[in-house]
Amino acid sequence: MFSTKWIPASVAGAAILSFAPVAQAQQGGMDQVINETVAPVSNVIAGAIFYSVSFGDVEFPLIVGWLVLAASIFTLYFGFVQFRKFGHAISLVKGDYSDPNDAGEVSHFQALATALSGTVGLGNIAGVAVAISIGGPGATFWMILAGLLGMASKFTECTLGVKFRNEYADGRISGGPMYYLSKGLKEQGKPGLGRVLAVVFSVCCIGGAVGGGNMFQANQAFQQIVNVTGGEQSFFAGNGWLFGLVMAAIVGMVIIGGIKSIAKVTEKIVPFMAVIYVISGLVIIGMNLDHAGDAIYRIFNGAFTGAGVAGGMVGALIQGFKRAAFSNEAGIGSAAIAHSAVRTKEPITEGYVALLEPFIDTVVICTMTAIVITISGELQTDLTGVALTSAAYATAFSWFPIVLALAVVLFAFSTMLSWSYYGLKAWTYLFGEGKGKETVFKAFFCLCVIIGASMNLGPVIDFSDAMIFAMALPNVVGLYFLMPVVKREAAQYWQKIERGEIKRVK
Amino acid sequence: MSDHPILVGFDGTDAAHRAVEFAGSRAEAIGCPVHIAYILEWSPYSFLSAQELEERHQRRTEELSRAEATLSPALDILRKRDIPVTYEVRYGHSGELMCQIAQEKQASQIVIGRKGGSGLGARLLGSLALTLVQAAPLPVTVVP
Repeated sequence: MFSTKWIPASVAGAAILSFAPVAQAQQGGMDQVINETVAPVSNVIAGAIFYSVSFGDVEFPLIVGWLVLAASIFTLYFGFVQFRKFGHAISLVKGDYSDPNDAGEVSHFQALATALSGTVGLGNIAGVAVAISIGGPGATFWMILAGLLGMASKFTECTLGVKFRNEYADGRISGGPMYYLSKGLKEQGKPGLGRVLAVVFSVCCIGGAVGGGNMFQANQAFQQIVNVTGGEQSFFAGNGWLFGLVMAAIVGMVIIGGIKSIAKVTEKIVPFMAVIYVISGLVIIGMNLDHAGDAIYRIFNGAFTGAGVAGGMVGALIQGFKRAAFSNEAGIGSAAIAHSAVRTKEPITEGYVALLEPFIDTVVICTMTAIVITISGELQTDLTGVALTSAAYATAFSWFPIVLALAVVLFAFSTMLSWSYYGLKAWTYLFGEGKGKETVFKAFFCLCVIIGASMNLGPVIDFSDAMIFAMALPNVVGLYFLMPVVKREAAQYWQKIERGEIKRVK
Repeated sequence: MSDHPILVGFDGTDAAHRAVEFAGSRAEAIGCPVHIAYILEWSPYSFLSAQELEERHQRRTEELSRAEATLSPALDILRKRDIPVTYEVRYGHSGELMCQIAQEKQASQIVIGRKGGSGLGARLLGSLALTLVQAAPLPVTVVP
């Protein structure tokens, strides 16, 4: 059921490589109308953000280089903080330094878990499969490298998120790039630039929320449902708007209606799904230990030779870098919003905790997906996207596609809830708080669920990628200005530890 | 006379008030103070949504003041009988924290109430009494 009917997913692969609009004439009626209205707009936006330079026959989007360059600069500037302080990050998450009197406040673990739930999702399942079906197993190597470098970006932005957050009189906390860009740069005597960057970030964040955080998720969840219910014969096929309507109604009940029970159930199931996914992956790798060596050889060999891959080594590198950035969102700024609510007197501690996020997301989960796919031998087929991951896991467990279908829908739903919050924060930064204004955004967010489910995958992916990556432009510029602040924070924190002012409590 | 207080576990229910009454009588007889602990069940490893993270500090403040309000009638009962009483409201795992507080306050014994009921649900959920009876390092009285 998951084999040859996965046309939309392979179209996704082609779209990611070429960034060209992909016309796909198999939908009609309502879907077609929505598609024809939105696609031209998203094509213009995607074309601008993904301005590419050519390396031989491969296009290299500059925005991906922008993120990897930033991550490399932060890695060097902070002296490989992601390796030196990895152990300290684990202690912080375990609560070794948490004041017992702060019980009942947001812990480091909770901030990390919430931020992770916004990033772990389709990028880890579908994105990785797309990367290695185009870039070969070697793309995995570059993905891991980008993940490791990205840890330094996350460290920088999440420290600033806590440092410059707003704490309101009623006890609520609001943080994120829009606050550190405006407040941080004001401190440095550049209030105008800070304000402009914050506004640009907020606009892009709203776009990213409805794009990658919403339409892409709705679209992928819909494709899954169509395939599970019988592919082209399915009642849902060509009726994406109907699925979108149902999904939008459920999202609306949670974010507008405030029905917490739906969100609660999802939050309980999603980590469980993630654990099943990781354990199944480890079991498959364990069962095929004799092939694991070969898979690792192909990952390293492919990374530098690019054997059998369009564009060779550069092709593998681009795919790896691009999917890592899309999956762990390091340098994008989104995670800083979730991390900033933690209870701590030392902003730098949340930076250390946050650097675990790309590690878990990319270095562990994405890599495992890549190894399973490489071991399974399904890479020789012309599958891609979720279908490839699904087929790879099915070689070991025949029941896995059904679990994966459920996981995809739930991941999509929880990612939508996370991004509806990120988008709302950007919205209220621009337009101010107020029930009426907030409801306008939430209603718009729900409308985009319907649009996302109705559109072809090509334009949806282009638009989603474009808006999410666009957030990195103002964010990274701000991070360059503010990285000395993070360095000072780190210096005074370690002085306090040396002087014994901050002690382990466990 | 003794300085070692009787520790009472409190959660605002009728059973908890019965436990306070009982501890009061014992304290009068022994001539010792009473320490009431109100524990709000909490794990730093539970999952919260981004919205809940934002509001957590606000909610915690509300929860603490609500707990204090619930405690005041129980405190009044003891104060009217001239029994020295102290209290604390804390977040955490109720079984572990009760044992920890008992040690911190050098309590002589623990008194808790139980809701009763013989259903399976009550047996599975009413685990504080079971935990303490099993694990507490000092005598435990369960008031029905």
